[in-house]
Amino acid sequence: MLHDDLSCPLLRARSVTKIYGDHVGCLGVSFDLWPGEVLAIVGESGSGKSTLLSCLSGAMEPSEGEVFYNADATGLTDLAGMPEPQLRALARTDWAFVHQNPRDGLRMSVSAGANIGERLMANGARHYSNIRTTAETWLEKVEIDTSRLDDLPETFSGGMQQRLQIARNLVTGPRLVFMDEPPGGLDVSVQARLLDLVRKLVADHELAVVIVTHDLAVARLLASRLMVMQAGRVVETGLADQVLDDPQAPYSQLLVSSVLQV
Amino acid sequence: MTAPIRVSDVTKKFTLHMQGGVELPVFDGVSMTVKAGQAIALTGPSGAGKSSLLRLLYGTYKADSGCIHIGHKDDAVDIVTASPRQILDVRRYSLGYVSQFLRVIPRVPTLEIVAEPMMQLGAAPEKARHRARELLKRLRIPENLWGLSPVTFSGGEQQRVNIARGLCPDYPVLLLDEPTASLDAENRGTVLELINEAREKGSAIVSIFHAKADRDIACTDEFDIQPFTGGVCG
Repeated sequence: MLHDDLSCPLLRARSVTKIYGDHVGCLGVSFDLWPGEVLAIVGESGSGKSTLLSCLSGAMEPSEGEVFYNADATGLTDLAGMPEPQLRALARTDWAFVHQNPRDGLRMSVSAGANIGERLMANGARHYSNIRTTAETWLEKVEIDTSRLDDLPETFSGGMQQRLQIARNLVTGPRLVFMDEPPGGLDVSVQARLLDLVRKLVADHELAVVIVTHDLAVARLLASRLMVMQAGRVVETGLADQVLDDPQAPYSQLLVSSVLQV
Repeated sequence: MTAPIRVSDVTKKFTLHMQGGVELPVFDGVSMTVKAGQAIALTGPSGAGKSSLLRLLYGTYKADSGCIHIGHKDDAVDIVTASPRQILDVRRYSLGYVSQFLRVIPRVPTLEIVAEPMMQLGAAPEKARHRARELLKRLRIPENLWGLSPVTFSGGEQQRVNIARGLCPDYPVLLLDEPTASLDAENRGTVLELINEAREKGSAIVSIFHAKADRDIACTDEFDIQPFTGGVCG
């Protein structure tokens, strides 16, 4: 009936579980993500959001369950069975990971331009002036003065580092972006610009995004679907506006203050 | 042809877990059918649940039981049981909703906000912007504001931007929540005219109007929700 049944998702999680000793990271998380979808994961600190993100992006091996990715549209492949080089190639080309702390996602010892250019070169770009022009364009997109192209990220403010990290990640046109609380330390005006940038990439290039966030307003504006986590478990999942305006689970109701604004 | 909106026996209550699991009944057994080219006005006292019914139709509220079939791509999708992904597809192609509030990403220009839903349908950007300009002009949004974000606009201006956005594509099904609430007489007239045009093109419309005069102009039928309500929520 709908292409729902025909097409294949980009990412599929099945019963993803991560146990640290006797502590639960995340438990039995399952979902499908299609191109052009933004899934926001919300929940309090320690609810397992970041652990789940690590498992999904191949940075951490789940204790149980599987993560499948549709690489090169050849069908869903289990990440656990993927050879390490292929996994690394995916992380470099198809995926982007925007870390909560920009220092984790940047190379602090090379210039801003090199941070952007590095990922381009990893994808085969060789022409120096093209790389430099692309780097400049991306600095403009994230509103960093292009005169800072040759400066080290060390000399940037935290908010600028975060924007540079986003530019570095998005420059190669990934198909799937993981974001861990990205707009956290940003100026409000820049945050709005980034939301718009991500929204455009999603609309124009069918980018898929998994975003961990505390900010329900960001979730509402950016996400099509919402997943609420508590103590490692998914307590509710659904359309973003449905979960925010008609939350079903007790914890979701607590999270959105459970005020019925009808 | 099957009617684009078929609601049968829908029941909805809110369970307030934070207040000891108190249950607020909203609807019990609502059924209604809206045909193409028909515009139904929901009536009933303030707080009876008119907006809630629109939100149920849009999938923002989850019905407890019953069916809400919305015509979609020569078929129909039951919003009550559809997956989020299916509902998003229905919203993109078939189901428009003009709420009372404009919720947008700050800094995005008004013209883009209005043209966006039509672009998402696959229209060429220039064609979508042309239609957006036409609507903004008719709704008397000064041209020098089109390049600005509407977040700082007046309430009436925001409402007109919201209406332009909702009417930019020709959705087969339209839900309108008090589209004339904060408008002056002239703009009210234009909005009612636009709604009539959408209906004449074949949209099935469910709307809420405060003023009876507006209902008489823009609606073909009325539907009193009171017999089906728990009478608690708005």
